[in-house]
Amino acid sequence: MSAADTTTPAKVPPPRPAPPPPSAPRRPRAKAGSAGAGTPWLLLAPCLLILVLVMGYPLVRLVTLSFQKFGQSQLWGFQPAESVGFDNFTNVLADSEFWSVVVRTIVFAAGCVIFTMVLGMLIALLLQRVSGWVKTLINIALVASWGMPIIVATTVFKWLFDADYGILNAVLSRLPGVDMIGHNWFASGPQGLAVIMLLVIWGAVPFVVITLSAGLTQVPKELEEAARLDGAGAWGVFRYVTLPILKPIIVMLTTLSVIWDMGVFPQVFVMRNGHPEAEFQLLTTYSYDRAFVVNDYGQGSAIALITVLLLLGVVAVYMRQMLKIGEVE
Amino acid sequence: MSAIAPAKSGSGESAVAPARSGSGSGSGRRKSKLGWNLLGLLVFVIVGFPVYWMLNTAFKPAKDAIDPDPSLLPTALTFSNFGRAMDIADFWGPVARSLVVSLAVVLIGIVVGMLAALAISRFAFRGRKVVIVGILAVQMVPLVAMIIPVFLLLNDLGQYDRLTGLIITYLTFILPFTVWTLRGFIVNIPKELEEAAMVDGCSRTGAFMRVVFPLLAPGMVATSVYGFIQAWNEYLYALMLLSQKNQTATVWLGNFTTKHGTEYAPMMAGATLMAVPIVVLFLLVQRKMAAGLTAGAVKG
Repeated sequence: MSAADTTTPAKVPPPRPAPPPPSAPRRPRAKAGSAGAGTPWLLLAPCLLILVLVMGYPLVRLVTLSFQKFGQSQLWGFQPAESVGFDNFTNVLADSEFWSVVVRTIVFAAGCVIFTMVLGMLIALLLQRVSGWVKTLINIALVASWGMPIIVATTVFKWLFDADYGILNAVLSRLPGVDMIGHNWFASGPQGLAVIMLLVIWGAVPFVVITLSAGLTQVPKELEEAARLDGAGAWGVFRYVTLPILKPIIVMLTTLSVIWDMGVFPQVFVMRNGHPEAEFQLLTTYSYDRAFVVNDYGQGSAIALITVLLLLGVVAVYMRQMLKIGEVE
Repeated sequence: MSAIAPAKSGSGESAVAPARSGSGSGSGRRKSKLGWNLLGLLVFVIVGFPVYWMLNTAFKPAKDAIDPDPSLLPTALTFSNFGRAMDIADFWGPVARSLVVSLAVVLIGIVVGMLAALAISRFAFRGRKVVIVGILAVQMVPLVAMIIPVFLLLNDLGQYDRLTGLIITYLTFILPFTVWTLRGFIVNIPKELEEAAMVDGCSRTGAFMRVVFPLLAPGMVATSVYGFIQAWNEYLYALMLLSQKNQTATVWLGNFTTKHGTEYAPMMAGATLMAVPIVVLFLLVQRKMAAGLTAGAVKG
C-alpha cells in the first residue's frame, strides 16, 4: 500500500508534458481547441492498449475458438485448429446435461440474488432502528465478512459444515431428538448447493447492506413524515416513498448481483476439492470442465460464450443505469 | 443452512409488525427499540459467526478442534496451528508471489487508470461516451468465461507460469474498476478549483498537480488498496496460469490438504493469516470506497 502510495505521484508526471503547453488556450476543455483534441486519447492510450491486448484479443479468440475443433493436439501445435462451424454449439445444445446445468445455474443465481437483496434490505432497514452500539457491532461483522477473501470464506464454510467435526452438525445435534453428527451436507447436489448459496449470500449481503444504508440516509425525512401524516403505515412509507427513491441503487445492486452470482466459480470449485461432481456443476465449472478436464477447448468456449450471451440482457440494464448516473455530473 | 436462514427471515418478518404500533406511546417505543436491538444482535451473531469460528479454531489446540462435542467458547490458547500451517507447504513463497503480483498490478493500474480517468472526466471529446461504455462493458464480462482464451494466449506468448503473465491478466479487472472509481472521485472535485488556479497562472498540469492531486490522493489510496485486495484474493487465474510450484497465497489455501486428510485447525490458522491483513486493509478504505462507489447514485 505504501509503495503504491508513495511512488504514484512520482510516476504520474512523465507522460504529462505531452499535453498542450501552458501557452495553449486558457480553457482547452470544452472548446476542444486544435491543440487539445488529441490529449484525451493520449491519456487513454495506455489503458486502451492494455485492455485490447488482455481483454479484446481473448474475447475475439473466445468467439473463434467456439467455432473450432481445438483439443490437446491443437494446444501442443501438432495439428492446426480447424473450423467446424456451429458443431460445438449444436453438440452443447443437444446435450441434456448442458440443459440441466443451465437450469441449475439459473435457479442457483436467482436464489442467491433474491436472498441477498431481501436480506440486505431488511438488515439495512434494521440498522436504522437499532441503538448506536448495536449498529456498530453489526457494521463490524458486515465489514469483516465483506472483506474476507472468497477462498478464506469458502474454507471456513467447509469447516463449519464438516460432516464429523463441523460446528453446525454439533450444535444441531444438541437440539433434542436431532442427530446430525456425520451428516454429509455435500452428499446431495441440492443440499450442497444450498450451503454454497448460503456462502455466496453471506459474502454478498454486506455490500448490499452498506450501499443501501448509504442510500437510505439520503431519503428525505420530510417525505416519510408527510406520508405518515397522510396515514401511510410502515409498509406504505417503504413501498411508496423509500423504494422509489432507492430504485436506481436497487437496480444497480440487483444487476451486479446477477452478474456476480452467475459467475460463481471458486466457491464450488474449492468446496468440492477441485472436482465438482455432476450434481454441483454450474455453467462456469461446466465450461472449465469441458476445456481443462475433457480437453475440448472449443466446446468449453462455446459454453462460456453462451453464458456471456445469457448475461447480456442484464448487463444492458446495468449499463443504462450507470450511464444515467454518469450523465448527472 | 436450514437452521440459519429461516431464523433470519422469519424473525425479520415478525419484527416488522411492532414498527407500526411502536410509534405510539413512549414506553411502547422503548419496548420496540429493545426488540430491534435483540434482532440486531441476532444478525450480528449470525453474520459474525463464521469469522469468530475461524479465529476460535485457529487459536485452539488441534485436538480440541476435533472434539465431538465442541465448546462454543474459546478453550486453551495456542499458536501451534500457525506453525503447522506454515510447515505443511511452503508459506512465504506463495505470499511473496501474491505480494509481487498485487503490488505490480496496483502500481500499473493506478498510473494507467489515473490517466484514463482524467481523460473521461475532464475532457469533452468525440467518442468519450463510447470509451465509457466500453470500460463499463469490459467490467461486466465474467472472468471465468475468459479463462480459456487467456490461458491459450499466455501459452502462445510463453507467459504461462510467469508472474508477468498473471500481472497482465489481472489488469483486465483491476484497470476498468480503477478507471471507473477514480473517475467518480475526480468528478466530485469541482472544475472551478482547477480553473481558478489556471486563472492565477498555473498551467493545466500545474493546476492538476497542485490543486486536484492533493484532493484526489485519499481516493487514490483507497482505490489502490481496494485493487490490491482484489488482486490478492483472485483465485481462478492464479490456479490456472501458474503451476503448483509457483502458486500464490489463495491457491496455497485452496489446496490445503495433507496426507492425513484436511487438518482443520491449521487450515483455519492459514485462513486467519490470509484474512486478517486483508480485512484490516479493507476496514481502512471501506468507508471511502462505499462513498465513492455510490456517490451520486441516488440523484440519478
